[in-house]
Amino acid sequence: MANLTINGKTFTLDVEPDTPLLWAIRENVGLTGTKYGCGIAQCGACTVHMDGVAMRSCGVSVSEAEGKKITTIEGLASGDTLHKVQAAWIAKDVPQCGYCQSGMIMAVAALLAEKPKPTDADIDEAITNICRCGTFQQVREAIHTIASA
Amino acid sequence: MNKHVSPKMNRRAFVVGTAAVGAGLAIGLDLPFGGPAMVRAADGSPEVNAWVVVKPDDTVVIRIARSEMGQGSLTGLAQLVAEELECDWSKVTTEYPTPGQSVARKRAWGDFSTGGSRGIRSSQDYVRKGGATARVMLIEAAANEWKVPASECTVAKGVITHKASGKTTTYGKVAEAAAKLTPPADVKLKDPKDWTIAGKGLLRLDTAEKTNGKMIYGIDVKLPGMLNAAIKDCPVFGGKLKSYDEAKITGMKGVKKVVKVGDTAVAVVADTWWHAKTALEALPIVWDEGENAKVSSESIAKWLAEGLDDAQPAYVGNKNGDVKAAIAGAAKKLEAVYNYPYQNHATMEPMNATALYTADKCEVWCGTQNGEAVFAAVLEASGLSAEKCDMYKVMPGGGFGRRGQTDYVRQAVLIAKEMPGTPVKLLWSREEDMAHGRYHPITQCKMTGAFDANNNLVALHYRLSGQSILFSLRPEALQNGMDPAAFQGVAQSGEAAIGYSVPNLLVEHAMRNPHVPPGFWRGVNVNHNAIYMECFMDELAHAAGQDPLEFRRKLMGNHPKHLAVLNAVAEKIGWDKPAPQGIYRGIAQVMGYGSYVAGAAEISVTEGNKIKVHRIVASTDPGYVVNPAQVERQIAGSFVYGLSALFYGGCTVKDGKIEQTNFDTFNSMRINEMPKVESVMVPSGGFWGGVGEPTIGVAAPAVLNAYFAATGKRIRSVPLRDQNITFA
Ligand code: FES
Ligand code: FES
Repeated sequence: MANLTINGKTFTLDVEPDTPLLWAIRENVGLTGTKYGCGIAQCGACTVHMDGVAMRSCGVSVSEAEGKKITTIEGLASGDTLHKVQAAWIAKDVPQCGYCQSGMIMAVAALLAEKPKPTDADIDEAITNICRCGTFQQVREAIHTIASA
Repeated sequence: MNKHVSPKMNRRAFVVGTAAVGAGLAIGLDLPFGGPAMVRAADGSPEVNAWVVVKPDDTVVIRIARSEMGQGSLTGLAQLVAEELECDWSKVTTEYPTPGQSVARKRAWGDFSTGGSRGIRSSQDYVRKGGATARVMLIEAAANEWKVPASECTVAKGVITHKASGKTTTYGKVAEAAAKLTPPADVKLKDPKDWTIAGKGLLRLDTAEKTNGKMIYGIDVKLPGMLNAAIKDCPVFGGKLKSYDEAKITGMKGVKKVVKVGDTAVAVVADTWWHAKTALEALPIVWDEGENAKVSSESIAKWLAEGLDDAQPAYVGNKNGDVKAAIAGAAKKLEAVYNYPYQNHATMEPMNATALYTADKCEVWCGTQNGEAVFAAVLEASGLSAEKCDMYKVMPGGGFGRRGQTDYVRQAVLIAKEMPGTPVKLLWSREEDMAHGRYHPITQCKMTGAFDANNNLVALHYRLSGQSILFSLRPEALQNGMDPAAFQGVAQSGEAAIGYSVPNLLVEHAMRNPHVPPGFWRGVNVNHNAIYMECFMDELAHAAGQDPLEFRRKLMGNHPKHLAVLNAVAEKIGWDKPAPQGIYRGIAQVMGYGSYVAGAAEISVTEGNKIKVHRIVASTDPGYVVNPAQVERQIAGSFVYGLSALFYGGCTVKDGKIEQTNFDTFNSMRINEMPKVESVMVPSGGFWGGVGEPTIGVAAPAVLNAYFAATGKRIRSVPLRDQNITFA
């Protein structure tokens, strides 16, 4: 049993404490926007926020996540108002297949919360997600568009 | 693919089985464009024809048969239909017909396969006709209602007007009547220079759900009562499953069943995938690895190297003059040997499929590049006939050629068959995905160039040795044993023709097929052929003491379209001016998938082995550009994919298995390593070339040639990881 607070709601889940947070979110809570890409904290597809910090949820166990405020891609918007990263992603047509983009958006949202006007060097350092479709150019442009808004 | 189609299948199934073989069959299809037998969409809206449904509220639903996998074809194809239809783009939505529906309607939607950069170019003609035919019928319906000649009516954004009487109506209002009309025998398509929807960099139609977690990929499919499966296939290709000790995992949490899948694999089915995977890892499995367990990268390299010897048999793919005599009599000659490794597609979403089997029905949900091939696999694995099967496409998390294969679909159906009535989602772990790819083929190439006394290139001998994809996947496409696709980029003519004229030329392929299964990997044979040819061109230019661009230009007089894109990148990167201090340039060109492409890179190198790529310029002439914004993204994406493979990729073989297991050993570029790609589109019209793949060919050679300019060292082996060269 584990109690998790996800997108403002509390869930009591019948899971083993060492279950990766990623799979608890996808299979036990049923929120599938958070993606599996590698399971070994390499790709970033599973990125969520834990107390506002971007974390790779495949590398976090539910026992470590208990008591933390977890936000997934489904909880990023405030009601019908898109988060500025989501809005920029749509305006700049960033996603290709889109599979990496939940994680990419969560990583970028965490960066902008910390540094509202990131430099290219800040982006290079903070955004280490894999995108096999190669959307990096649009990702960078969209971040700069948000920063200069 | 069709070799798996069981001979006892009924005729309908046979049509699909052969359809899955290749896109060539699309040509000559007699696609119906509607008719007196009216068809309704699921919600009752009239189908004007197979491509166009108009709802009473004027929403236009455009049917898309090819797969969207991130490359933007869904939007591009809709633009082409909407252009001819003259509808309101803001009211356009799309939907996929299923292969089962298509078969039941005599393949109303033609070919579903989405590979070889064919998504748009192979269907543009008939989808545009679908749009144009629907427009004519909708106008006619309005004219009939008003009792005026159709020729007096005009349409713009789905609003039909009869100027003389001042009457107007909308597509939504006349669709019902239009659907009952006989379609025109012939329609005239617009001249692309008059396009207002096609040819524009419109935003994609499918973005919003990719930003809020709502887009459903195969991995996200949920069905009532669904169970989850994890699988292990024999890690040595060609090996078999010998035994497993099920007792060791019975009672583990959530485990429902252990299933033998064919002769080679075992799957654990559980309530959640995490439970299935955890139990599978605890399951003791004994493999019968067989003879292939003796194969290693070293043994493959040795076998391929033997194929470079002229005494060994080889297929001739392109030839003029007498290469051997010209080399023997040359004033100077140069020889080099290159190689290119296996590569895994590593789509961001690992392979998966969900299957539901009952005694009289089998349905599959998955991402795929070829719905019809999946359909054929469902028929074969389920043993049911076509009218009892169907498949539903969901968004794939990347394709790059991997999802043209249906191995994962077959497995899912075989597992579901063991649990009739229960839907089962089979998901491969990343490790399984790395171990069971359909890998970019492995090759080596020996090239010999010869000069006369004035440093003119008089002979070029290009000898490939290595794997054929068609031998493994489409043996019926071999020509007297020869794989014509092996010569992509260095062929005499056609959609992947060489861009150089050399008085004495011999291009040949010693086919050697190791046991590792090859597949179509973005760019396919263009990848290695462009590296071999373009890096060697650079070597030849250097040997002749000439500028690499000028040296190429002299050989390209008879290849004006190849030359035009090369000139376009040279101009954009400023080849005629010196590069900034510490920056070095490389250039490359190739033709593939009917498009002419060129690339140039500016790099710096520190400590001899740390590369920073500062600038990339890429040019393409695909004939026509349907959506420049999406073409730009395909070009940039192809460089990320191609340079990831150059720097970090490469799959090696040990004891018959692939050694790389995940992104820690098969890395992929990150944002900090990738500069902006400056695209130069020079569509010259008159032909339709592909977009998703061709530019990947010039990514690696442009950077490798720049590396030589910076260091004086030639790199003739991929990946750079193995040469201790990395990103700065
Ligand atoms: S799935 Fe967690 S980082 Fe890749
Ligand atoms: S958009 Fe496809 S992996 Fe990033």
